[in-house]
Amino acid sequence: MSRPKVRHLIAVAIAFALAATLIACGGDEESGAEGQTTIGFLYVGPRDDFGYNQAAFAGSQAVAEAFPDAEVLQAENVPETAEAERVMENMIDDGATIIFPTSFGHLEPALNVARKYPDVTFLHQGGLDTAENVGTYFGTIWQAQYAAGVAAGMATESNRLGFVGGFPIAQVLLNVNAYELGARSVNPDVTTSIVFTSNWCDPAKQAAATNSLIDQGADVITQHQDCTNTVIETAARRGAKVTGYHFDASRVAPEAWLTGAAWSWGPLYVDAVRTIEAGGFEGSKYDGRYRSGLGEAVQLTPFGGAATPEIRERVEAAAAEIRSGELEPFTGPIRDQGGRVRIPGPQPSVEELEETDYLVEGVTGEIPG
Amino acid sequence: MSLVEDVLVGAVRQGSPVLFATHGELVAERSGVVNLGTEGSMLCGALAAFATTVATGSPLLGIAAAAAAGALPALLHAFMVVDRGANQLANGLAIFFLGLGVTAALGSSLVGRQINGLGVAPIPLLSEIPFAGPILFAHDVLTYLALLLAPALWWFLYRTRWGLVLRATGERDEVPFAYGHSPRRVRYLALAAGGALAGIGGAQLALAITLTWVEDLTVGRGFIAVALVIFAAWEPLRAPLGAFIFGGALSLQLQLQARGVGISPFLLETAPYVLTILALVVLSSRAVSRMPRGLSAVFAGAQRA
Repeated sequence: MSRPKVRHLIAVAIAFALAATLIACGGDEESGAEGQTTIGFLYVGPRDDFGYNQAAFAGSQAVAEAFPDAEVLQAENVPETAEAERVMENMIDDGATIIFPTSFGHLEPALNVARKYPDVTFLHQGGLDTAENVGTYFGTIWQAQYAAGVAAGMATESNRLGFVGGFPIAQVLLNVNAYELGARSVNPDVTTSIVFTSNWCDPAKQAAATNSLIDQGADVITQHQDCTNTVIETAARRGAKVTGYHFDASRVAPEAWLTGAAWSWGPLYVDAVRTIEAGGFEGSKYDGRYRSGLGEAVQLTPFGGAATPEIRERVEAAAAEIRSGELEPFTGPIRDQGGRVRIPGPQPSVEELEETDYLVEGVTGEIPG
Repeated sequence: MSLVEDVLVGAVRQGSPVLFATHGELVAERSGVVNLGTEGSMLCGALAAFATTVATGSPLLGIAAAAAAGALPALLHAFMVVDRGANQLANGLAIFFLGLGVTAALGSSLVGRQINGLGVAPIPLLSEIPFAGPILFAHDVLTYLALLLAPALWWFLYRTRWGLVLRATGERDEVPFAYGHSPRRVRYLALAAGGALAGIGGAQLALAITLTWVEDLTVGRGFIAVALVIFAAWEPLRAPLGAFIFGGALSLQLQLQARGVGISPFLLETAPYVLTILALVVLSSRAVSRMPRGLSAVFAGAQRA
């Protein structure tokens, strides 16, 4: 190594050391306020998408309300890459001790950051891996999709339901399957067509997908997309009925709205923060893969104009049975499209369900290879 | 309707916003400037159209606002490239990111708002023609405009004096300069017009197709337009084909899925890009010879040593 290069390296090293000192001092200063908790939330999309991210953001607002002294940091549009690690480390520099990475793909970055900061607790939304300071939670939203399927199965006249999906991941397949099973529980002739848009929010493509389903005779439409507005608008304009997803968007089409599967994260977030604050994270339900059920983090939205009294009654009865544990949507034998039995027994585990890689019989469409 | 009919209806419908942006990019490139900020112009147009329609209830005012809002980022591009000598590609990307960020920030309060938008306006008699009627003559008014713009731009480029000046500016700008025309002014005008057209494409996405504003509503359609200009070999009459291939591929894979046919949407969605590359391979010598010479510094492939 020649002399100038060595000098260069030393200069860079000094600069880094200086920067590190400055950052460390800054950190000390900011965390000086005693007793004040800082909680960070990361969203993969905009917090006002009428869907997944808006539901998570509403949960963070509940946290801010429940802990008026806490500082709540928000980061929207955080990609599911190493960028998420930088965002989380910035939040930690700003004093965050609890972080909610709310998108599925934020799990790897969270696990990486968690290794470096053992004193910070991470609560990831939907993940299947945990660590000592990383817990994951989610909701069994397929239970609400089953109940919404009951509404769809009663409301359809063509016996064809349409489902606009994003990517063929287990959570989407589980929702399509639950929807068809719920519909079939009240209407044995009903089928559900699934179309994947290979995107979580491309409204123009959502419109085309919705149109293609209605072209094929579907008269009740649901979806699993991050932004949900366009599918509802498009379906309602063509005279189809809708059930919602992620978020109560009934005001977009009040007359076409039956019901919907939606998140209500506020109470769960607040309880998790309280548990961590009390030093009880370890050993609590939040230190593993907690799944909140229908009636808790998973809710049915209020009924809309398209829901007749009979529909309301059947849907509420099904929801009550699911809540009490009397009804398990995936009670075997559950067969896939090819007739193969995928769930033989009455009570599949959550792990088993979240590895779903098939469509049940009655669903039209294929999982893209 | 048959699969072919459904797909072709979707091809025109989904292709139309991209066709506006393609027309716009074509006009800009004919003046010798590449504008990768077209996506940003589309986004500005979409937001302006949606916001104006929310405020006034008039989609027509929305379209006018979209044209103005689409021209703004393009004028910034003109200033940076023509007056400040900035790198066209780098500055175009910067304009795109600027448009993406600004529209996301300004539009956040509009997410979830509802509008009446542009309805379908079938053309009497023509829309009754079997097969061709629903495909070509049963759309919103902007789709008809996008289609009519192809021959109109051809006529402008090849049959008018201003078209000649525009083409000459893109080929050898010393020639129009010698005849007393300012290449600077021509490029400003071409970029502004191109941005306005892209803005109208964005307006169509917001007002006619989705009735929605969310950030990044266009999801890359402005970049497709840049590729389609090359596909069209800078000829306005070829632009609709490229745009409809894009719309058709998108529509075909969704229609096939809705019919339960197993086909990889991931594969089909690459169709427009594959076709563009194929077109470049097949037509490359011809395409390059048709390329405005002023672009050669930007677009020339790596020269053989």
